[in-house]
Amino acid sequence: MKIGIDIGSTTIKCVVLDDQGVIIHKSYERHFAMITEKTQEVIRGLIEQFQITEPVVCAISGSAGMGLAERANIPFVQEVYATKVAMNHRLPEADVVIELGGEDAKILFLQGNLEVRMNGTCAGGTGAFADQMASLMQITVDEMNELAKQHEKIYSIASRCGVFAKTDIQPLLNQGARKEDISASIFYAIVNQTITGLAQGHPIEGNIVYLGGPLTFMSELRKSFDRTLNCKGICPEDSLHFVALGAAYYAEDTVDLNQALIKIGEQADFVTESALQPLFRNQEEYEVFTARHKEHQVPRKEGMEYHGDAYLGIDSGSTTLKVILTDSEGSILFSKYQSNQGKPIDVVRDTLVEMYEQYPDVHIVSGAVTGYGEDMIRNALGVDVGVVETVAHFTAAKYFMPDVEFIIDIGGQDMKCFKIRNGAIDNIFLNEACSSGCGSFLQTFASSLGYPIDEFAKLGLFGDNPVDLGSRCTVFMNSSVKQAQKEGVTVENISAGLSISVVKNALYKVIRVHSAEELGKKIVVQGGTFLNDAVLRAFEQEMGVDVIRPDIAGMMGAYGAALYAKQMMEHEKQHQKTTGEQEAAATKDSDILNYEELKEFTYSIKSVTCNGCNNHCQLTVNDFGNGRRFIGGNRCEKPVTNQAQDDSLNLYEYKLKLLAGYEPGHGTRGVIGLPMGLNMYEMYPFWHAFFTSLGYQVKMSGFSNRKLYLKGQGTIPSDTVCFPAKMMHGHIQQLIEMGVDAIFYPCMTYNFDEKKGANHYNCAVIAGYPEVIEANTVNFGNIKYINDYVGPHVKKEFPKRIHQVLEKHLGSFTKAEVKNACEKAYAEYDSYMQKIQEEAQRIIGQAREQKKKIIVLAGRPYHADPEINHGIHKLIAALGFAVISEDAVASLVPKFKVNLLNQWTYHARLFSAAQYVATQPDMYLVHLVSFGCGLDAVTTDEARSILEDAGKLYTQIKIDEVTNLGAVKIRLRSLMAAIEQTEEGTNLHEQ
Amino acid sequence: MNNKNTHYKERVKFTLKMKKDYTILIPEMAPLHFRLIEPILSRQGFHIDLMGAEGPDVLQKGLKYVHNDICYPALLITGQMLTAMESGKYDPSKVAMVITQSGGGCRDSNYIHLMRKAFEKAGYPNVPFISANIWGLELNSGINLTPRTLLMALAGMIYGDMIMIVSNQVRPYEINKGDTDAMVDRWIERLTATFKKGRGFMPKAIEKNLHAIGEDFASIPIQKVPKVKVAVVGELFLKYSVPGNNHLEEFLAEQDCEVFMPSMLGFGVYKTNGALEDLRLYGGKPLKKLIMNIVMKFLFKVEDMLIRNIEAFDQFTAPERVNTLKERAEGVIGIGNSMGEGWYLAAEMLEMADHGYENIVCVQPFGCLPCHVSVKGMINKVRRIDPRVNAVDIEYDPGATKVNQENRIKLMLAVAKEHLNEN
Repeated sequence: MKIGIDIGSTTIKCVVLDDQGVIIHKSYERHFAMITEKTQEVIRGLIEQFQITEPVVCAISGSAGMGLAERANIPFVQEVYATKVAMNHRLPEADVVIELGGEDAKILFLQGNLEVRMNGTCAGGTGAFADQMASLMQITVDEMNELAKQHEKIYSIASRCGVFAKTDIQPLLNQGARKEDISASIFYAIVNQTITGLAQGHPIEGNIVYLGGPLTFMSELRKSFDRTLNCKGICPEDSLHFVALGAAYYAEDTVDLNQALIKIGEQADFVTESALQPLFRNQEEYEVFTARHKEHQVPRKEGMEYHGDAYLGIDSGSTTLKVILTDSEGSILFSKYQSNQGKPIDVVRDTLVEMYEQYPDVHIVSGAVTGYGEDMIRNALGVDVGVVETVAHFTAAKYFMPDVEFIIDIGGQDMKCFKIRNGAIDNIFLNEACSSGCGSFLQTFASSLGYPIDEFAKLGLFGDNPVDLGSRCTVFMNSSVKQAQKEGVTVENISAGLSISVVKNALYKVIRVHSAEELGKKIVVQGGTFLNDAVLRAFEQEMGVDVIRPDIAGMMGAYGAALYAKQMMEHEKQHQKTTGEQEAAATKDSDILNYEELKEFTYSIKSVTCNGCNNHCQLTVNDFGNGRRFIGGNRCEKPVTNQAQDDSLNLYEYKLKLLAGYEPGHGTRGVIGLPMGLNMYEMYPFWHAFFTSLGYQVKMSGFSNRKLYLKGQGTIPSDTVCFPAKMMHGHIQQLIEMGVDAIFYPCMTYNFDEKKGANHYNCAVIAGYPEVIEANTVNFGNIKYINDYVGPHVKKEFPKRIHQVLEKHLGSFTKAEVKNACEKAYAEYDSYMQKIQEEAQRIIGQAREQKKKIIVLAGRPYHADPEINHGIHKLIAALGFAVISEDAVASLVPKFKVNLLNQWTYHARLFSAAQYVATQPDMYLVHLVSFGCGLDAVTTDEARSILEDAGKLYTQIKIDEVTNLGAVKIRLRSLMAAIEQTEEGTNLHEQ
Repeated sequence: MNNKNTHYKERVKFTLKMKKDYTILIPEMAPLHFRLIEPILSRQGFHIDLMGAEGPDVLQKGLKYVHNDICYPALLITGQMLTAMESGKYDPSKVAMVITQSGGGCRDSNYIHLMRKAFEKAGYPNVPFISANIWGLELNSGINLTPRTLLMALAGMIYGDMIMIVSNQVRPYEINKGDTDAMVDRWIERLTATFKKGRGFMPKAIEKNLHAIGEDFASIPIQKVPKVKVAVVGELFLKYSVPGNNHLEEFLAEQDCEVFMPSMLGFGVYKTNGALEDLRLYGGKPLKKLIMNIVMKFLFKVEDMLIRNIEAFDQFTAPERVNTLKERAEGVIGIGNSMGEGWYLAAEMLEMADHGYENIVCVQPFGCLPCHVSVKGMINKVRRIDPRVNAVDIEYDPGATKVNQENRIKLMLAVAKEHLNEN
């Protein structure tokens, strides 16, 4: 008899083989993180069932089994290796195994030299991801599988990791996309994540075997793999048990199970040392704390009869929906906080109906809506005003603390923080995709342990030794929790640790603050997550300051919206008075649908692909009847207004036009393909002129789109590299398909020296990426791939050296023609750069004539790519700004010193642009950062401090594969609001 | 236009006056090497102390004051520095910090600036930071290192490499547990005493000592049993730093492996050579070329001294010369790739596989930019070229768990053991 036990991240599996190797027993169950107990239970079961008294052959495997096996002196076999052992026995003819588990994803290439791949740190939670997404849609995983069968279309969902994918799915849900389509899209996202993360250039073909829970239980997931890989994989018998099976086959040594049982019970004698203080030392401390926070309450008149004027505030967040009705004094008449159930319109309607039923005689003067669903709700239900979230929250916070200096709001998905200076929003920090979902993570995690969130949080209050769970993101935290559980850390200390982690993520990762002084002494905290006393306490402890948490912390957006609606109404009245208009304002009614209208309200949803431009946005069109409709998922106004957007004040569009204007020419020497990504975005004019002059036809791979990206995703070796680099793989595949004679993508360690810093490097990724392409592309065929190291920055030497490169690959050239080509190349590059600068000056001039504000969208040259910037420049233009880029203004400031080693050309431009913006009253800088750009981890703080020292706002937008622009929009509108407020403040001051 | 630059802050320099009563703190990167180099610097009148703190508290301090997306070594070292400041062991107004600055296109050239910013925020704006680099960046009047001192430091590094490389090949097989480590201690004491007398750093003495080290370690009684042989390659700091790599060497030793740690000198030679390669590829001032050629000629001699003295013993595997590695890189990755570990890493993996250390742990900071190219970008190709290579890349980050790291290493070891049993 041989026993194999597989202790995974969520389940424990066991297999018993008889002496002929036949399975005589198998089990599969969830362990709910009670690893020690469950394992003991399983072993006890075996002892009883098989009457085990003598030592038996046994081995343990699985990611959660390592420490336990050591403790119990049971041989351990690594789980991927166990799979391989089982495959050798069961399916020796298989070529590739794809195994998905709760936390891990693995691919094994079995033929030839065994290659095994496990997902990296950043891509954890593959299987758990499906669970999470299903719970987001409030369906079971089985239902999700069934729904997916009826899908009509696939949305593109980021596949970097679970956190990113969620950021894409949430708005789809809120826009009203069909659950069938979302379900199917989720499966494709898992497929793409697995392939990008693990294939790494190794073709997945031949006999493919699917193993593990998710692939066993979800037929649609298997089909998605089949379709993407163009194959027909099999899911063999015992697909859940292959690891356990492998452990059983592998097992050779005998173990005394009764003895092991005792040893497993002995708790690990080390518990991770932790530097964290307990949240509360005793009950008294807690009581003082709660008494202090009880003070901050809004007057409530809920349930009382009311007939007079009222104001409505709605906050349609990404996962929750908040509605508040106030009287004219700001007392709350009605309030509701609930999940939006993925259909916010229905939920708002039902809530308003409920409200009208409670207050049939109320007179709603005005209403305001804020949050992600702002536009949609406003259109659907005729809400009078839309207000950007930051302003709504600020308005509400002022109610509690008129001279508030800092507001931090941690919701389920998002985190918003802003500084207030001179009564205006001065500085805004919104979390990037990577640290989103911290709040809801607490909840999801609590429920996975079977606790309601408030009970789980309470447990943490008195944890004596909170465990340090890191603060990078929820994926990392989740795996830290797993480790803590294995080490036997108590639920109390995990709960406390999680609350502290959420706070630290906000403070050190999002806000980048180091002491309470930087925040100011007057802090209001809000958002549903702060209702959790453990989080609140962790925040106060970490910053060493007492803060105000209103009793309606979770509904501040809605409350602020109601107050805002009232203010706007008063403002209007004031305005009418001063202009002498006869006011009918007192009797003016809100446009919000009334009770009867709401009762009859219906709407329909259609999803279409917009073909207005290269972005091919997936639109959801909500039709509310009476000609009112709402379009979601768009990046520009074209599908809404049916008119092309005016690009005349948008330098990014101009750049694309310039680049697209280069013709391939009629060269006869052959066809050179240039991949349009990374630094080629700026070097293209240079190389185009160069090769054209040499007599080549020059073709570019075109601007990126989703399809192009997918073409190359199987050859990406690093799942954590920036998206622009990943995109390069698609461009190479595109050129291969185009059948060019040679692809020219040279390594360029150095960029041109623009005399701004100490050196003029390219970043390590740009410098070396041609090597990555060479090493991971297997289908060049007859196409020559030229990736030599070239240095156009040494102008004098360049012709000689590029001549050598040319002769190495393309035949012989005369010295004169190479020299001539070089001259043409430098001239074209200069002329291209000059055109951009001239156009920028024209835009600036025109914008100033039209009294438009100018945004310097500071990124890198390749951020002009539509699939990389996701149309953010268009969004900015649509908001009424003129848009220029950093390279267009960098040359306008003389060289200056920064507090860094200023040694990268592109980044030197950023600092110069910031320095320039600091001197221009009508210019603002928005820093476009690609996720994973390590250099921006260095440059961000410096760019911020250049601007802030000059009293300017710094706004950063992180972009990646995520296509959802909801958060970006909020950020830009907040910036607009902040600019307006500051101006008003200045005007008042001047008056 | 307003060109006033209020933003820029002059750095605090380490002056001659400070030398007398300031303690200079150095992050301990490689314990063995630094034990040797420390007495050399102390002899110059510096008060030196090493920082090697570890644990979540240390990392927390780093995370608090440095951008969280910066590489792990920067977070860890900043944490160590701040831990030292708060330890009560030093007078915070009488402390200076040392940090390396490679001067290449990698982020590490900016560590020193990020740390200064962190110190300013943490309330220590007056602590001088001393840049350790070979390019003459950021000179300090108080650091008047004579050529003699530099030579001695170089000698310390060579001795460190020698002891590390040969001891690692003896320890797993020693018959009497503890023999090897006792010998390591004996040699460090002996060399420290020699340095104190101002001796032991001229070529002749080095030759003699290196050979003696080799003889001594070769004389330790061993029993050669087949063991899994693992090489550790990757990012420089993580490779050697014990807090950095979560006690990787210890873990591998517990798993009953023989571990090969590449020489630190080799990396230095590769790095310095990079400047010469740039000149060759792109052109540049002839004088610079001339100087670089002289420097390289000298370094190749030093390198040869170390390697020759290991090769003298049949039982020891010596690292290869940088020029040999360069040939290995041919056709794998361009010699122009010199950021971070650049071409050196791919060549090193192939080298290791050829010398029986085909099982490779490749350490890197999470999100390391050059590693996207030189580690993750190359690993597939290296395996295509030499299918024996059984490599696993391990990422380090404050949020990465030790269990996950060890689990991945165990996978690599399981495959290694299978190969070991087959042969």
